[in-house]
Amino acid sequence: MDKLIKNTGINKLIALIVTFVIVQVLISTNIINDYIFSTLVTICINIILAASLNLITGFTGQFSLGHAGFMSIGAYTCAIITLRYSTVWGFVGGLVAGAVFAAMVGFLVGLPTLRLKGDYLAIATLGMAEIIKILFRNVLDDLTNGAAGLRGIPQFINWAWLFLFTAGSVLLISNFINSSHGRACISIREDEIASEAMGVNSTKYKVTAFVTGAFFAGIAGAIYASYFYYLKPDYFAFKKSIDILVIVVLGGMGSISGSVIAAILLALISTYLQAFPELNMVINGALFVIIMIFRPQGIMGSKELSLSLIKKWTGQFGRKNGGAA
Amino acid sequence: MPILTVNKLTKSFGGLMAVSNVSMELKKGELVGLIGPNGAGKTTVFNLLTGIYQPTSGTVTLHRDKKEEQLQGLKPYTICKKGIARTFQNIRLFKDLTVLDNVRIAMNKNVKYGLFSTFFHTRSYSDEEKEMLDKCMQLLKILKLDHKKDELAKNLPYGEQRHLEILRALATNPCILLLDEPAAGMNPAETAQLTEMIGWIRENFDLTILLIEHDMSLVMKICERIYVLDYGMVIAEGTPSEIKSNKRVIEAYLGEEMGNA
Repeated sequence: MDKLIKNTGINKLIALIVTFVIVQVLISTNIINDYIFSTLVTICINIILAASLNLITGFTGQFSLGHAGFMSIGAYTCAIITLRYSTVWGFVGGLVAGAVFAAMVGFLVGLPTLRLKGDYLAIATLGMAEIIKILFRNVLDDLTNGAAGLRGIPQFINWAWLFLFTAGSVLLISNFINSSHGRACISIREDEIASEAMGVNSTKYKVTAFVTGAFFAGIAGAIYASYFYYLKPDYFAFKKSIDILVIVVLGGMGSISGSVIAAILLALISTYLQAFPELNMVINGALFVIIMIFRPQGIMGSKELSLSLIKKWTGQFGRKNGGAA
Repeated sequence: MPILTVNKLTKSFGGLMAVSNVSMELKKGELVGLIGPNGAGKTTVFNLLTGIYQPTSGTVTLHRDKKEEQLQGLKPYTICKKGIARTFQNIRLFKDLTVLDNVRIAMNKNVKYGLFSTFFHTRSYSDEEKEMLDKCMQLLKILKLDHKKDELAKNLPYGEQRHLEILRALATNPCILLLDEPAAGMNPAETAQLTEMIGWIRENFDLTILLIEHDMSLVMKICERIYVLDYGMVIAEGTPSEIKSNKRVIEAYLGEEMGNA
């Protein structure tokens, strides 16, 4: 068991391949039908969005309310490109272009706004997202078809692409966090004055986190556009940014695995609650209140899910059971 | 040979002169004390030297490797990179991070691997991370914190938190170390241990140390020279024995304490 824990890299790879194969088999045998698959797509998009926002808000401590804005840039860029070049390469190119474009906007927006702290940054990023939305709706309507939205975007997303981009994004983001640069970002959240005094260029790292977060939000947006083949600006409103923030807070600020778990959990809950359309939002809201009262640090806190943590939990569980017997 | 020259440093907050016309000189390898009553402006001097505040006027010059560099107006992280590290009066550790991470963050400025290595964890990433880990463990061993490397900084006892903060400053590989009341809140035994530790660090890390401290037993014992600050101005400078007998200092600051003793 101890040896198993040490080879975490190989373990991760095996877990990923197993997950991929199982879902692929379930899709081929039609146990996962189109309806369940669309939920799966939503889950994966939310995982990427939450993990990337967590990098900005949970790890670097910069409160951003504009994540839907970056998502919309990825979505529209990819949609416009795939509508012109309706091939797999058009899709991949569109996705990469969308992510890069979102990152560039993140850089331009981040440079002036990341001087602000806390609530001020939140308001500024909120304003930025609204500006992007209005640009897509009113100013760039030759390209985006304005409020009516873009229709008939070619669908290229299948399980393989979805899995590749989701697992890839999560892996790259956690790689970033587990590096010296990632630790520098975390130190800014912990104490910006101390971190600057220890040689960390806080502006540089804040912008890096912001740009990286925007890049992956762009990927999430591109996946959205390519799967749901219909885009309208209002989808990327304030509420969308809040939805992403809720996943981050619920999963735990500063825990990538928390974001993944929360994204899956929330999708499952809202799928089950669809049976009660009138009470759906009420139950959802009540759930958030209850979780925040009893577990304000979120599901995972700032810990990551790992084999050693699971071992610790099962160990505690085993001891409790043993004591009872 | 001076390593740091402070010339007529002044900082005013609105109408208040927190520091006015402070001139100091640190020679290489010296251990200098900075004392003064509460509110005299000692920590403000530190904040000016480390770039947390920008001086209203005056200059700070670092003489290193036969070069002269002006430090006033630079950002804190640049000043840290040039070789000035500090601790804080009210401990400012990264409380929710482990002891090891606290030290590793201080080494971030030396990291050479770029964003690509960061995202894909290439060979240069693992090589540098391993080297960094080794260096951190060496440092932690010195202060006997190595067995606590995975503990959160906030869970350390108070004395060890003070030690860790000094260690974190050392990890930035400084030539000048600024200690802001390192003995605050320590009992006499801990203070004695700290006194010894500071002396040891200075010799083994080839450091010049500037120290703010209220504990006179510590200051008088280890400092070679002392600057006395009152109302933002240097009112005296000299060896501990000169300071002890300086009339202005006794009036401003030591008077009560010596009277009591």
